[in-house]
Amino acid sequence: MGEQSLVLEMTGIRKVFPGVVALDGVDFRLFPGEVHALMGENGAGKSTLIKVLTGVYTIDGGEVRLGGEVVHINGPLQAQQAGISTVYQEVNLCTNLSVAENIFIGREPRKFGRIQWGLMRRRASELLARLDLDIDVSAPLNTYSLAIQQMVAIARAVDISARVLILDEPTSSLDTSEVAQLFAVIRRLKADGVAILFVSHFLDQIYEVSDRLTVLRNGQLIGEFKTEELPQVRLVEKMIGKELAALESLEDKAQRTREKVAEAEPILQAKELGRTGAIAPFNLTIHAGEVVGLAGLLGSGRTELARLLFGADKPDSGELLLEGKQVNLRDPQVAMKRGIAFSSENRRTEGIIGELSVRENIILAMQASRGWTRPIPRRKQDEIVEKYIKALQIRPADPERPVRNLSGGNQQKVLLARWLITEPRLLIIDEPTRGIDVGAKAEIQKLVAELSDGGMAVLFVSAELEEVLRLSHKIEVLRDRRLVEELENTSDVDADRIMQTIASGATS
Amino acid sequence: MTILKNRLFWPAAILVALLIVNAFTSNQFVTVRDGHLFGSLIDILRGSAPLVLVALGMTLVIATGGIDLSVGSVMAISGAVACLLISDLGNQNSVGSVLLIIVIAIAVSLLAGLWNGALVALVGIQPIIATLILMVAGRGIAQLITDGQIINVQSGPYATIATGFFLALPVAFLIAVAAVVLITLLTRRTALGLLLESVGGSPTASRLAGIRSRRITTMVYVVSGGFAGLAGLIYSANIKSADSISAGNLIELDAILAVVIGGTALIGGRFSIAGTVLGAVLIQALGVTVVAVGVPPEATLLFKAVVVVALCLSQSAAFREKVFGRFTSTRTEAIA
Repeated sequence: MGEQSLVLEMTGIRKVFPGVVALDGVDFRLFPGEVHALMGENGAGKSTLIKVLTGVYTIDGGEVRLGGEVVHINGPLQAQQAGISTVYQEVNLCTNLSVAENIFIGREPRKFGRIQWGLMRRRASELLARLDLDIDVSAPLNTYSLAIQQMVAIARAVDISARVLILDEPTSSLDTSEVAQLFAVIRRLKADGVAILFVSHFLDQIYEVSDRLTVLRNGQLIGEFKTEELPQVRLVEKMIGKELAALESLEDKAQRTREKVAEAEPILQAKELGRTGAIAPFNLTIHAGEVVGLAGLLGSGRTELARLLFGADKPDSGELLLEGKQVNLRDPQVAMKRGIAFSSENRRTEGIIGELSVRENIILAMQASRGWTRPIPRRKQDEIVEKYIKALQIRPADPERPVRNLSGGNQQKVLLARWLITEPRLLIIDEPTRGIDVGAKAEIQKLVAELSDGGMAVLFVSAELEEVLRLSHKIEVLRDRRLVEELENTSDVDADRIMQTIASGATS
Repeated sequence: MTILKNRLFWPAAILVALLIVNAFTSNQFVTVRDGHLFGSLIDILRGSAPLVLVALGMTLVIATGGIDLSVGSVMAISGAVACLLISDLGNQNSVGSVLLIIVIAIAVSLLAGLWNGALVALVGIQPIIATLILMVAGRGIAQLITDGQIINVQSGPYATIATGFFLALPVAFLIAVAAVVLITLLTRRTALGLLLESVGGSPTASRLAGIRSRRITTMVYVVSGGFAGLAGLIYSANIKSADSISAGNLIELDAILAVVIGGTALIGGRFSIAGTVLGAVLIQALGVTVVAVGVPPEATLLFKAVVVVALCLSQSAAFREKVFGRFTSTRTEAIA
């Protein structure tokens, strides 16, 4: 990787938005055949830098060189022509069209104006074969898993222009085996000499796949490092700009309060509760002040279980007791009135209302339970909202800003605020830390611990075992839509122990 | 410059321009005759009442991400019900009986709205299809009610709601004002507006936030039906008959246009009552002006279309940027 072979060089990039300097003198470089991770918290400037590269934003200073020549990228099309392709977090393809159509949409091979379907399918198969993917290219895209869809998007991107490939959070909705599959593809492309810019919040993945990383913080360049020379802890410190003391102090908290919890009254008891096709009948007891973690792979029934406890879906067997009394949660509002809160894993589609302001999003659940005839007085709204913006450090601290303009971590905090103001006795949070940065993650974990210390029961659903282990008093392990084991989170329980259960399904 | 950026600036400017044109071309803009206000301005305000009412209901429906195509047919039904019952009265000038009949006609319209709401919110049919059913069937129902005839009525009290005056102002105009005030209070003084916008923004997220989306969705169709019924009464009282064929014909398109001009997006979410009212009055003023300035009748629809296209373009930020951007130094900044 000699200096002369640089494929992309950005120097002194500056981008200013009204009132904010989003990028201030940032350098970034890419060599062919390397995976370069762009690191930073939400709001550090990662997205802005990518948007500069893809021509969504024009820069206010600095220069971009592609293959040694200065280029001005004025739009996504120009970026593509210059050899820069992007695959985003959410697959931006037409899932109702076939795989081949998706790869060639807008540039179908034609003869006399007619599309040559046979040729198109053949070329699509060849392209995917290069990524070690052997699938029926005439089947609609939505018949395949998200991982395959992701790879189809990559195949398309690589075929259009193969010099620089930007992967923006490609793994956030994939499970472990799918991630492995994706990484195999990335390594193959790397071997072909493609320069890959990789963004992910999963540090383990960064360390697994990247050669080099550039860290940004608050729009400024912190530095460029070789991945193998920078330990994870140091990386995190560089990203958040402070020591990780907050996180470490959490470690033994779970142990500390377990005795107290066992004596508390159960808040919720599920007896043989189940829903056909979603989750097999299960038994579960949650006490006041207890954090119960749900562990399991994607699609193991974690979310399905959580939704039953909130009345988001109706059970078709078993019964549910709240504080000893049998209840029928007909819809979410009934559950809410009984002191249950539920924050969905799909932040953008089932959580926030993007168009509404931070204030409106925060008061929404409370207002819904009061009914439309009893509006919360504006002064009280402002009071509550201001308090929670401060307590959860929601940024920017502007209650009237549309919530869709906030970063993922801050949106998650808005959702937490929405539920905390309803003062629930049981808080169900599904993947609250997915796709958000390390700093915000630590804050949310700390908050969960504090809430449970204060007597709130929490059902914590997460794909990250470390997180479940750190916070939970009790861990419920799910596999194939079945609750297979309940583990007291004692000191001998670790990620390996849980992985074993997930892998074997044994109820030892 | 901020006033130019307000999305209602251009519609308002065009409305003012239309009114100015009217003031010069018509012999009377506003005058006092027999203690009432008269003139083309008053005609516009009075004539826009049915559209304002229908567009109000439409605004709420569109805010939830739906659409109501059946409003014209509901107008026909309510006019038909009212005229049939009035024509059966021994004394058509009995105020009490006419009031009762108005209540009945509106109740029927609310029922029609409930049908729409049930199809959308409970059965889960797409709004455009669900309301298309009543749009087509509704006129049939209205014709069945009137037995295929045009029913004429000679009722003073009934005619009053369209052509009468109260405190020097047209009754129809006052009805529309009352409806606007009612809906504004209902949506902005209670939490209804917020819940509506939330359901329109994301029905799934709203349900999980504990909002009973179905109830709210059903309700907006009921309200839309009720306002359409009221508009139908004003329409039929104006011509003193029930005309099932032309009552409210194509008004759903004008109403949708009024909502869009007013800045409410068709995909649902944020809505603006003031914008809708402005849009409705603008459309009515346009119709009146086209006639007043002497555009030949066969060209009026085309002329109207040109103005509407110009208006919609003027509201598009991207278009303004393209056309005027090079003349001004101010740049619109994208916000991350």
